[in-house]
Amino acid sequence: MIIDLSLILVMGVLYAVGVYLVLDRSMTRVLLGLMLMTNATNILILHAGGPAGLAPFYSKETAASDYSDPLPQALILTAIVISCAVTALFLGIIYRSWLLSKADEITDDAEDIRVAEQDAFDKEEDAAAGVESSEFDGDEETREREYQQEEEKRRKLQTSMQPQVARKGE
Amino acid sequence: MTIVLALFLLAAIATPWLYRRLGTSTFYLLAAIPAGVLALVLTKTSQILGGNPWAESYTWIPELNLQVTFRMDTLSWILSLLVLGVGSLVLFYCASYFKHSTGDTGLFAAYLFGFAGAMFGLITADDFILLFIFWEITTILSYLLIGYSRQRLTARRSALQALTVTTAGGLAMLMGIVMLAQALGTYSLARIVEEGPALVAAAQANQGPIALAYLSTALVLILCGALSKSAIFPFHFWLPGAMAAPTPVSAYLHAAAMVKAGIYLLLRLAPGYGQVAIWQDVLVIFGAFTMVFGGWTALKQTDLKLILAYGTVSQLGFLALVISGGSQDALYAATALMLAHSLFKAALFLTVGIIDHQSGTRDIRKLSGIYRRAPKLAIVGTISAASMAGLPPLAGFVAKEAVLEVALHGQGGWQGAATLAAVVLGSVLTFAYSARFVWGAFGVKPAAYMLKEGVKYCAAETGKNFQEVDGSSPAAPAAQRNRRGVKMSPNTAFHQVPYGFLAAPALLTILTLAYGLYPEPVHLLVSPTLQAFAADSQETSLHLALWHGITPAFLTSLGIIAAGSLLFIFRKQIEELQDFLPSTRSASIVYRDGMDQLDRLAVWVTGMTQRGSLAFYLAVILTTAVFVPTVALVINETPPLQNLRVSGSLAEWTIAIVMMVAALVVVFVRKRFLAIMMVSVTGYGMTLLFALRSAPDLATTQMLVETIVLVAFVLGMRVLPRKIPRIPSPSGKDGARKTLRIIIALGFAGLMMALTMFTLSSRSLDPISLDMPRLAYELGHGYNVVNVTLVDMRGWDTFGEISVLALAATGVASLLFIEGRADSGSARNLDTAAMKKIERSFAQRTQITVAQRVAGKFSSVERDPFIVAGRTLPPEARSILLEVMTRLLFHTLIIISLYMLFAGHNLPGGGFAGGLMVGLAFTVRYLAGGGAELRAASPISAGAYLGLGLGIAAAYALAPALWGDPIFSSYVLDFHLPVFGDVHFVTATIFDIGVYLLVIGLILDILRSLGERIDMKLIAQRRKEEKQARAKAGKA
Repeated sequence: MIIDLSLILVMGVLYAVGVYLVLDRSMTRVLLGLMLMTNATNILILHAGGPAGLAPFYSKETAASDYSDPLPQALILTAIVISCAVTALFLGIIYRSWLLSKADEITDDAEDIRVAEQDAFDKEEDAAAGVESSEFDGDEETREREYQQEEEKRRKLQTSMQPQVARKGE
Repeated sequence: MTIVLALFLLAAIATPWLYRRLGTSTFYLLAAIPAGVLALVLTKTSQILGGNPWAESYTWIPELNLQVTFRMDTLSWILSLLVLGVGSLVLFYCASYFKHSTGDTGLFAAYLFGFAGAMFGLITADDFILLFIFWEITTILSYLLIGYSRQRLTARRSALQALTVTTAGGLAMLMGIVMLAQALGTYSLARIVEEGPALVAAAQANQGPIALAYLSTALVLILCGALSKSAIFPFHFWLPGAMAAPTPVSAYLHAAAMVKAGIYLLLRLAPGYGQVAIWQDVLVIFGAFTMVFGGWTALKQTDLKLILAYGTVSQLGFLALVISGGSQDALYAATALMLAHSLFKAALFLTVGIIDHQSGTRDIRKLSGIYRRAPKLAIVGTISAASMAGLPPLAGFVAKEAVLEVALHGQGGWQGAATLAAVVLGSVLTFAYSARFVWGAFGVKPAAYMLKEGVKYCAAETGKNFQEVDGSSPAAPAAQRNRRGVKMSPNTAFHQVPYGFLAAPALLTILTLAYGLYPEPVHLLVSPTLQAFAADSQETSLHLALWHGITPAFLTSLGIIAAGSLLFIFRKQIEELQDFLPSTRSASIVYRDGMDQLDRLAVWVTGMTQRGSLAFYLAVILTTAVFVPTVALVINETPPLQNLRVSGSLAEWTIAIVMMVAALVVVFVRKRFLAIMMVSVTGYGMTLLFALRSAPDLATTQMLVETIVLVAFVLGMRVLPRKIPRIPSPSGKDGARKTLRIIIALGFAGLMMALTMFTLSSRSLDPISLDMPRLAYELGHGYNVVNVTLVDMRGWDTFGEISVLALAATGVASLLFIEGRADSGSARNLDTAAMKKIERSFAQRTQITVAQRVAGKFSSVERDPFIVAGRTLPPEARSILLEVMTRLLFHTLIIISLYMLFAGHNLPGGGFAGGLMVGLAFTVRYLAGGGAELRAASPISAGAYLGLGLGIAAAYALAPALWGDPIFSSYVLDFHLPVFGDVHFVTATIFDIGVYLLVIGLILDILRSLGERIDMKLIAQRRKEEKQARAKAGKA
């Protein structure tokens, strides 16, 4: 199968520039890099179809090998439209990011940095726990008193609620 | 049994609701359910003891050989007595225990009750996997129950610790289960045990299906699960930690039921695998150590619950040790001991719960003279503790006699000696800590022993009533000297115990007494469990009885009691000795340090890998992507490079050079729009390359897409600064970063070029696509192979693609219109009537400019004009050229697009190209007339296009399934239409119509969002600025 240096070279340049741009911190340049990489990949797929033949429209007289390979073409067609949608989505993101922070920048994730810098020691979970010799906070009498108070509160709350409900009903 | 489990599940679910209605009385209701089931189980007594298990079986996943099988034989039956009986009593006890609780007791009740159900499932499950599932359910419920007091750090931590340890063991066990069951080809426990002896014998003789090493590994893994669940050293530490749970939970889960699950499994498997050397060794070593270690540690504790907890650890070790013998005698003794242990340990825990509840402490240094305040409770506690110590005539004594009989006449070798030594030493310690427990809980202590702070005493005691005073207050009663002149502490505060509270431990104690006085029924229960042994093995000679005569076992018991008494009498010296001995790091500390290390490792790994920088991640990914294939390419055989053609077509070279230059320019320019234009140049270059390579569909589509993307770029980026700013990296090493980027970029490009060339030059087979033109015509009924591929041969692919398009369109719209799509409502919502009125009034005025009069005349026409830009755009924003172009182009483009759509199956075109063509028409119209014009141009909203497109595509895909054809089938319809003549309609076109509509929706959403929405934002901003400027001017 014949390999065309022209296509190989242009694909290489598009990939190189694309990767270089994708590693930038500017969102716009990242998007441009992605588009260039898409084009490079499309060239790669196109090239896999071999040299140009007849356009892939079926006719009974033509031998199968005389057509241009239709499979890479179908793949590329899908890729083109998808990349159009992705580009539009990315543009929306860039615009929103600009609107919110007036920056066209892919910033580092603050939460990730915080996690990376944090200590393994967790104040709450790793605190020393005291020895407890009872699971009850007070003795029987105090508990009973507190319990009665709580009940009292609940009853009061219920009685204060009831007239309101009745009024609503009216 | 399935019905019983379903009942448990439903009742557990209903419990929180019931609790809100009934309060603590719910516990009485819940206690009745296990009691009822217990009665049901008792009706099966004769059947089960007669050797006919009660079994139920349902097929679950036949492909995996899994069944839901329940089987209650004698062993399960005995355990169900424990689980249901003790469960019922504990639930009954809870009603008093939680009388004044303000916590989330309803949920607690549900967990505890659900636990009883899970435990019942565990002991009746015959399928090993089913058993494992119940096993894990008990683990999870135990976690929830230990962590009941969520606000306490100890409770949370202990709960997590118990969960981690037992789940880790459970996972190991699962592996063992699978290894064993796969080797035997069955998951039925009964059959696994039945076939065990033959399998073991074969493995030991180096024959049979599995090697001894494999069998040993499986058994050790299962032992990991059983021993971790039953808190045997080195997994024991979770059990004392679990004492953070409310005491009824400790009584039930951590004394009577859950920790017995491990023992149950040992008892269950021992008839089959008890003779494997490693099984015996592991149980002897860890059982013996745990028994002695637990007893020794229990002696150190001052918390009543911890004394019992370490006592339980010790007793569980004891049980494991007894089971290690593997003989019928050993299992007989172990089962008898397990029953006795459950009875007295549950009763003791419930007693401690009462003490804690009524006095507010479990610390023996804060308790004194309780037997005087609560004599009945003291009787109950003392009898149960005496049973634990092994005193006649109680259950503990009877069971221990049987164990001693086994140990004295048991197997020889070091295992036998170790067993006997550990049993005797452990029993001495058990006696000592039992005595210490009774003394600590109920006795009168020397005043010097009591803590100085936090102790509440009874003052002004008259019968039941007393006043509670703190030990430090002057009102505290004075210490009294006893007969020997030692100052003894006064009674500590202790409230009266209601009878209902005492009922559960009292009943258990009565059973302990009955078991001891008349052990015959227990013998009748226990001996049928040995049916699991093969018929030819030696039958047991043991028989539980209170009095066997003066036997070696009896003499040993006496010795144990004497030695234990000595240990108790010299408790002060023992305590001093324990303080003096260097303490080793406790297992829980080792566990905690291990967890700390794990935490640290996790944070370190996260810090190393999660940098939060996209460029970092991409660099790592790309470097890997370059490095690995390059190494593979060099190390493995490098294919020859051939057929490289330098002098290709001149046209291709020209295009390639232009594209390369354009791409390189992008690197260096900082002007935003120049960069965009240069990328577009490469895009249009692609169009030409496609055309040169005989791909008309691609060329058309790329052309349209490139144009629309260019417009979208300009629309979306018009608010951004003209220059792309250079952003310094936060680390400041910009130079190094740039070099690295260049290296990665060149490496990646080089690799891709090399890969392409090597791949293409080593192709030796014909491509599969050679058949595609013929297939497209014969099966897809179309001449355009690419289009048929998209809508027919690779229909799934295209369907996935349009779904992505719909998502992206919605994404763009939601990024710009935050609150919703905002595209519903009437499309033509221009208030033209009002505008016409204003314009007419302009026309009638005389004092106006010519331009205004002309505008007025233009607008006085009655029909709504096609381009309403005159009404919607300010004059300076209008372009006559664009408006005229639009009038010429719009309908033409729509017609071409329809032609492309319908001809696409045979000629260049199709849904994608057609849809994009419509998109282009809309773009032109938007550019000429703004957002209002865009809305006027389309009869339905963008969202409707997307939904309709996706809906048609989906309906097309699924419809053939209605009449039994595979989905995405296409058909040909030939019919005659008056004007068109004979029509050859391929149904795949319907799918293409879906694609067409969806693409229109996508473009419409892009224009709406990046165009109209940003227009509106800009206008709003300009107005605001003008207002501010006016306000400023006014001030000045």
